[in-house]
Amino acid sequence: MTEPADSPHRVAVASAAGEATAEVVQSAPTKKNEKPRGLWGDAWLDLRRRPLFIIASAIILVVLFVAAFPGLFTSVDPNVQDLYKARDLPSADAWFGYDNLGRDLWSRAIYGTRASIVVGLLATLLTVLLGSVVGLLAGYYGGWVDNVLSRFSEIFLGLPFVLGAIVILTTFNAGVAVPSGARVITQVVLSIAVLSWPMAMRIMRSAAISAKQQDYVKAARALGASAPRIILRHMLPNCLAPVMVYSTIALGAFIGAEATLSFLGIGLRFPVVSWGLMIADSRNYIQGAPHLLLFPAGFLVITVLAFVMLGDAVRDALDPKQK
Amino acid sequence: MGRYLLRRLLQLIPVFIGTTLIIYLLVWALPGDPFAGKCGDRGCPPTYIAEMREKYNLDDPLIVQYFKYLGKLLTGDFGETYAGIKVGELIQNAYPTTIKLAVVALIIEALIGLAAGILTGLRGRGFLDNLVLVSTLFLISLPVFVTGFLLQIVLGVQLDIIKPTVSSEPSIGELIVPGFVLGSLSMAYVARLTRTSLMENRRADYVRTATAKGLEPRRVIGVHLLRNSMIPVITFLGTDLGALMGGAIVTEGVFNIRGIGGLIYKSILTKEGTTVTGIVTLLVLVYLLMNLLVDLLYAVLDPRIRYD
Repeated sequence: MTEPADSPHRVAVASAAGEATAEVVQSAPTKKNEKPRGLWGDAWLDLRRRPLFIIASAIILVVLFVAAFPGLFTSVDPNVQDLYKARDLPSADAWFGYDNLGRDLWSRAIYGTRASIVVGLLATLLTVLLGSVVGLLAGYYGGWVDNVLSRFSEIFLGLPFVLGAIVILTTFNAGVAVPSGARVITQVVLSIAVLSWPMAMRIMRSAAISAKQQDYVKAARALGASAPRIILRHMLPNCLAPVMVYSTIALGAFIGAEATLSFLGIGLRFPVVSWGLMIADSRNYIQGAPHLLLFPAGFLVITVLAFVMLGDAVRDALDPKQK
Repeated sequence: MGRYLLRRLLQLIPVFIGTTLIIYLLVWALPGDPFAGKCGDRGCPPTYIAEMREKYNLDDPLIVQYFKYLGKLLTGDFGETYAGIKVGELIQNAYPTTIKLAVVALIIEALIGLAAGILTGLRGRGFLDNLVLVSTLFLISLPVFVTGFLLQIVLGVQLDIIKPTVSSEPSIGELIVPGFVLGSLSMAYVARLTRTSLMENRRADYVRTATAKGLEPRRVIGVHLLRNSMIPVITFLGTDLGALMGGAIVTEGVFNIRGIGGLIYKSILTKEGTTVTGIVTLLVLVYLLMNLLVDLLYAVLDPRIRYD
């Protein structure tokens, strides 16, 4: 994402990757002697005491609830226009005021939650799945498989995020005048995932390489376990931690990326409501009516912040070096 | 060193071909006739279309077209737009502005990010540390265009300190605020990366040894600790230049800067495939070469790393 905006996701990883990859190796010996709890149990105990984690999870729960049941929070249709009310300031009627076409901003911000969250969740899921599978294979088999897969992932890594997404989205939208909501969301999710999976792959690969040299993998191989069994039963659970940390931070970054793409006019579009779209709509009126920008931007920033904070807290909890 | 460099350069080739091929295929696979509506209401005469299709090899299979394009590219010829303007010239006009913007962003992010990271990394936990952690978290969650808009309104319109948009031949001074916006996200990462790296290395054996043998603290920190802790930061900064140039498209849009971002966006909309592929090729080259440079810098920074 420089990615702005770019490449927000791309950068998000730089820190996550560097700090998280080492922890699998480090944590394996520490958990053996004193406590019967595993890495995750330890992390959970640690997390429950962190205010950052509690605040972040509370925000995320609220946001998820809003995304699931937007009707509980507002009874106004987000796409109903009343030009008499265009750019009206916040009032008791409409808490956030009205946008340029006289649509209720509060209702739009509430309904926009769903699109933003759905895009973020699906894109993260796809990125992590794709990256983990390729990364595990590359890390486990090594040699030419690793070489081919690594070079292949570098092809996508070299593409600047925003630029790549613009090219992909315009190509697939070229023939369609008004694409349907589901189609647009799928396209945005796919293009984010296609451009981001190499990062998840790199993290998984380095975790897999270090896990491969551990005794438990050697033991499993000596006992005659097949490659799929070693990968799925032994390596996967032990390589999961760094990727989990990456995915939480990436989720926040992807929500921001969706907003950036919608802002450029190639991401989500009408009739879908999203925060990025609202910010894009506001761009010509921000000088006279800054509330058009501030409310959706506030929703966006708080949500992204919550996910990034969660990722931060989880990383700290999983990292034995900081204890 | 020489052999390592050669191997790395050879490894760049498949990546370079792969990336440009993907972009080429995507751009030229755009459905629709590129010459529709180019000649006004009456449509283009068939002879003109035939000539253009011949010129851009549009009748060949896509893959053949790509290698013909690549062949020309290797001789330094970026091709022409449909209107007959040399793409090389377009790039020459737009590129310096974007490079200037990206370099300004890189310098700002390196200066502020490193300063904040070193300060908190050396001091350890405390008020300053928390302040940097919270403010970087906040910067990370602000999308670039929101930061851009906010600074544009506050600094440009309300406080009237800067001009809200930038002139066509921007000076470095004009680019400081856009550069700050562009680099703000990476700045947060640089600060956090430096901080973590310093905190981890502060307890390393070589630092203890250096202190134990009686070196003055300034030398321990400057020569031993900082030099070793800079490795992940340098990696990040190096790869970031390419990302900044590619990501400049949003910042350029907000501040109305005439760089390659606007050029590429316009070219995609008007189906000028030659321009798009030309610019992306340049961006990919910058990214790959910066990666290589960073890897070579490792050997300078870390005496444990040697390439032979």
